[in-house]
Amino acid sequence: MGLSELSVWATAPELKSGTGFNRRGKVIALGGNPNVGKSTVFNRLTGMRQHTGNWPGKTVSSAVGRYVYMGESFLLVDIPGMYSFSAGSEEEELARDFICFGSYDAIVMVADATCLERNLILVLKAIEVARNVVVCVNLMDEARKKKIEIDLDKLSHRLGVPVVGTSARSGKGLDRLMEAVYKAAFQDIPEAGDAIRYDLEVEQAVLIVEPRVRELLGDRIKARWAALKLLEGDRPLLAAIERQLGVKLTGDPVVAGALEEARNSLARAGVGEEELKDRIAFRPVKLAEEICKETVTFQDKNYGSLDRKIDKILTSRAFGIPAMLLFLGLIFWITIRGANYPSEALSAALFWLEGKLSAFFMQAGAPLWLHGLLVEGVYRTVAWVVSVMLPPMAIFFPLFTLLEDLGYLPRVAFNLDSFFRRARAHGKQALTMCMGFGCNAVGVMGCRIIDSPRERLIAVLTNNFVPCNGRFPTLFALSAMFFTHGMGARLKTFLSAAILLGIILFSVAVTLGVSRLLSATVLKGLSSSFILELSPYRKPQVGRVILRSVFDRTLFVLGRAVCVAAPAGAVIWILANVRIGCLSLLDHCAGFLDPFAGLMGMDGYILMAFLLAFPANETLLPVVIMSYLTAGSMCELSSLGELRQLFISRGWTFITALNVMLFSLMHFPCSTTCWTIKKETGSFKWTAAAFFLPTAAGVAACIIVALLGRLFGLHRV
Amino acid sequence: MEESLLPLDRLPLGKRARVKKLMSEGALRRRMLDLGLVWDTEVEALQKSPSGDPTAYFIRGAVIALRSEEACKVLVETI
Repeated sequence: MGLSELSVWATAPELKSGTGFNRRGKVIALGGNPNVGKSTVFNRLTGMRQHTGNWPGKTVSSAVGRYVYMGESFLLVDIPGMYSFSAGSEEEELARDFICFGSYDAIVMVADATCLERNLILVLKAIEVARNVVVCVNLMDEARKKKIEIDLDKLSHRLGVPVVGTSARSGKGLDRLMEAVYKAAFQDIPEAGDAIRYDLEVEQAVLIVEPRVRELLGDRIKARWAALKLLEGDRPLLAAIERQLGVKLTGDPVVAGALEEARNSLARAGVGEEELKDRIAFRPVKLAEEICKETVTFQDKNYGSLDRKIDKILTSRAFGIPAMLLFLGLIFWITIRGANYPSEALSAALFWLEGKLSAFFMQAGAPLWLHGLLVEGVYRTVAWVVSVMLPPMAIFFPLFTLLEDLGYLPRVAFNLDSFFRRARAHGKQALTMCMGFGCNAVGVMGCRIIDSPRERLIAVLTNNFVPCNGRFPTLFALSAMFFTHGMGARLKTFLSAAILLGIILFSVAVTLGVSRLLSATVLKGLSSSFILELSPYRKPQVGRVILRSVFDRTLFVLGRAVCVAAPAGAVIWILANVRIGCLSLLDHCAGFLDPFAGLMGMDGYILMAFLLAFPANETLLPVVIMSYLTAGSMCELSSLGELRQLFISRGWTFITALNVMLFSLMHFPCSTTCWTIKKETGSFKWTAAAFFLPTAAGVAACIIVALLGRLFGLHRV
Repeated sequence: MEESLLPLDRLPLGKRARVKKLMSEGALRRRMLDLGLVWDTEVEALQKSPSGDPTAYFIRGAVIALRSEEACKVLVETI
């Protein structure tokens, strides 16, 4: 989910001023409603690989990238999608401020051709505030499929700005878009009168206020628009004007006088405060409707009927939840089934290479400790991470992305909303939870789509309860080793998938339970309003999805894990080989943790591995394996069966495996996630809460399971 | 005429109606207006979620899910 692009995301202050980044060349903003393919346009133009997904709110941070057209350099800023200029969530505020006050040379408003009327409302408002607007009607290919025809020339004429039709996924129309942007940025688009004309009373009121506003603001922003906001009494926006431009409009006596005069004239015409707001909101909506009537023809009156039929099944009372479980189960089944062979092949190859490496070290006459540190420590841990983690990730990531690309995630939120409402949390928490399955850090960042600070904090604090991609392979491996060992291949895969499904259900239940608990205690309150767009289904670009998710996400995550695993391997080897008395340091550490770990139904080595895996959860099992191997007998391990033998020889039982899985689900977030939480909440207190909350839950759950295990005599294999 | 108005959450599935009045205030009212739920806008109730709430509505070319606590503040007249 855009992980590899973290470094190119503009920070909020940069965006706010629009001056932070290198301003070489022209700056072009890219805005629009959520889920209209902005990121695809961005990627196509800049050649970058911002993660795309078919659901609103996916871009929570702004990406910047460059492209060159006609020898000129353009800096493109991808702004988070927004529904309106009256910002609800933090990301919408950021987007609005950039469109209103950012210093760009031109702005591209992307609209969805299959849903033009709705998109035009925002486009019209953008034309009202911004200069040099270019409208990009994207997804023309989808529209054609749905037999929707759009008269782009007429649309351009009606809007008074250039309009370009594109199908960004296939790259169609982007040349013309770049040309239009070039012209807008270098030659300025002449103002074609007012985008939105309001009714007479409102226009008269604007005329009273506008001149003085123009005197105060100059041409930094459009005075007509600022006058409208003054009349509306849009406080957050007036505050933003003061913050961004340093002008307190309401503090000016002349403005105040004009405002009063304007309000009086409105009152005489029978237009009260609420009525005025409604009229101002009404016009752009109505205008969008009128323009669409003139420019859009639906040849198929029942367009979208297939989507509705699919939704009738996928969100129905009878099949909604079962279908969701089926999809998830299917993904697990394919992952487990598919990861088996490459995993074994990889580990065989990597351990063959280890033999060669060892031989090389011997021949070169390298000291034993160097061989131990580099080959037995660093290399072996890295090899484990690669062979155990890579195959399931390389299968799970693309499958999950396909589901996301298809547009299924908003349906998940729709299906699960009532549960979140009962937990007094926000329905969109279902979306951030789903992002957490990919990466908790991304999930935490995604919580920006939630408007209410209380519910956002709940979503941030509980995101770590769902297992991320770094933890799935641990769960896969342990369930294969201890729950389904010795069964027939088919039954085994089926049962493993079922177990993982159970784990997910459990983690979702914990998320809901903890959310409810937080709502009842430290974060008291009721759930706020919930408005969710169920975006149209789109055919996923299978090839691209697979390519991108393997190269951008899987390899990136794996790279991070390897970076962590290498030093962790060295540390483990040193700990295992430096002795104090007759015991190694590792044994001392493990011994120290042992009593507590024992209470949790684990041993000291496992608990230590959890601590060492703080930078990356992927390294948990490899570190456990390493510490067992270096601390004890050496053996060649190439399959899960042999691994199972190793674990059993170290006293593992069914209960140990269960506890490791439980604690893996519920323990402190990895360092990246903690850092993200600190950044997002801006508070050490909440970061600490996010750290200790899952840990406490995990410790408690493990102790209970261990106790029950002993009680029922299940602690033997 | 008020009696003929129906809260949107009580609009039967598959039925269409026109928005006649918004009862919500402040930020929520603003959000509803931004969705395009202005006077005389046509809406259609499409689908309830598995638990019966929220409900998906067809509004100005988009499918939007609203919880009944929000939808009940939109008064409509069935067509």
